[in-house]
Amino acid sequence: MPKLTSHDEALLAGTHGPAAQLAMSIVTRMAEVHGAPELMDITGAHIDSTIYIGEAGLEFAERLASLGAKVTVPTTLNVSGLDEHHWQEWAVPADWAHRAGRQMMAYQSMGCIPTWTCAPYQTEMRPAFGQQVAWGESNAIVFANSVLGARTERYPDLLDTCCAITGRVPAVGLHLTENRAGEILLRLAGVPIALQNDDSFYPVLGQFVGKIAQDRIPVVDGLTVQPTEDQLKALGAAASSSGAVALFHLVGVTPEAPTLEAAFQHRRPKREIDVTMSDLRRARRELTTAGGEQLHMVVLGSPHFSLAEFKRLAPLLHGNRTHPDVRFLVTSSRAMTLLARQYGYLQALEEFGGRVTVDTCILASPMLPPEVRLLMTNSAKYAYYAPGLLGARVTFGSLEDCVRSAAAGRVVRDESLWET
Amino acid sequence: MGNVIRGRVVIKGSAEGEALVSHEPLSFWGGYDYRTGEIIDRRHPLSGQIASGRVLAVPFARGSSTTTAVLLEAVRAGTAPAAIVTTGIDSFFALASIVADEMYAEPIPLIALELDDFARLRTGARVRIHEDGTIVEEETSTANET
Repeated sequence: MPKLTSHDEALLAGTHGPAAQLAMSIVTRMAEVHGAPELMDITGAHIDSTIYIGEAGLEFAERLASLGAKVTVPTTLNVSGLDEHHWQEWAVPADWAHRAGRQMMAYQSMGCIPTWTCAPYQTEMRPAFGQQVAWGESNAIVFANSVLGARTERYPDLLDTCCAITGRVPAVGLHLTENRAGEILLRLAGVPIALQNDDSFYPVLGQFVGKIAQDRIPVVDGLTVQPTEDQLKALGAAASSSGAVALFHLVGVTPEAPTLEAAFQHRRPKREIDVTMSDLRRARRELTTAGGEQLHMVVLGSPHFSLAEFKRLAPLLHGNRTHPDVRFLVTSSRAMTLLARQYGYLQALEEFGGRVTVDTCILASPMLPPEVRLLMTNSAKYAYYAPGLLGARVTFGSLEDCVRSAAAGRVVRDESLWET
Repeated sequence: MGNVIRGRVVIKGSAEGEALVSHEPLSFWGGYDYRTGEIIDRRHPLSGQIASGRVLAVPFARGSSTTTAVLLEAVRAGTAPAAIVTTGIDSFFALASIVADEMYAEPIPLIALELDDFARLRTGARVRIHEDGTIVEEETSTANET
């Protein structure tokens, strides 16, 4: 049993109400499982449990809400099961939408901020370096730890909610400096700068890193460019899909890795691996499960599209139209979509025949009609999960490949960067 | 009496069932259909297997945080594994089991094994999990390889 403060004891005894009591019971039981010596404070939370999976998740949310649960730290909400105001435009069954909507209401009633995004780091609630938070959503966790230098464990669904209500977490894992040191070293060997500058390099690298690192902390050395935030987002989302990566260090790029020695906290790597072009080509192949050129839909935006990605997409679409047989979809948050509209980035998308869905994504909502079986995407996360969740087959390509394929009505990929 | 493996109790409980073993970690989101208990990650070696009522052994949960929510749904739907065996303490499985206990009084027994012991588990063997973390593999005609 962890050492509890008098406030912890009061929460556990029900002094702050039955919802806080249930939440605290779950937090302390997890602390016990991990052998945590004590609990610690957090300054924010991101709840992943918003995704409607079925009746149990809804019962959990509604039980807490009916017991009067309120979050005690600023808390953002992950994607829900539906685009709240536009779900009728898609294949979402009305009954399902009703239940997913109840789950959204339950979390909102706890005082959370209805961000409905898997990229909470793209909101004003982005944590600062060193801040202790409890985040769910694998891509958000790895981004918070690696790119922002905030500190979160890999929070499972439902525990994120309990931490937000109690404001307390088990003092273990990535919350503690000594557990944030790199464990395995991946050295880029002979990866051309032109490829390092290309967006599609990062999800592919992430796919490889996740499979090698599994649940250990990888350190990648040898990058000769400064990646953009969206490239780091793609790397993390891929590594936290193919593996259980919750923190990576990029030497000279991410905040806890100014040098190789710092990334490892002056310890020795447990394993050292050279990452070759042949490894990367194999990882890229693994992201594609479809064969042939046939295509039903291009889908972008997992994690949710950022303003910078809308900006980059617009000129690629300009003056073109998607093929009548190919749907073109971008998934993003309300906030980013609103900004993109204000900046004028959505006009080209609409003229192209593309659409935007907010609050959710194709994996979290049964929005795609059954005839959509062949997808193309630049997202490793979509590529990873669509076969299992949607029964669809996927082709992975760069953003440019995706746009050209949509216009051509068939899969077209530029292989030149990968052949060197 | 066959193999006896001593593990660490993560969530206490007893169970019995046919072992379903893989050395590849598994995400339940996109990897487990709670309506049927089928493993649906088409890149996973156990793809197509029904894990419902079996003793599932995977090193840990990779990928999505939603693994926990899917496992909780499986408990409610009666399609969860009878027990889960891992190589370390897995937060995702542990939390699902704790919430299943709080909500439905049905915790899933969880046992963590050392890597060498985990490697001794074989798909198809009948195993019994005891409250003290002991896993007993019952004698079968093919269980003499260890």
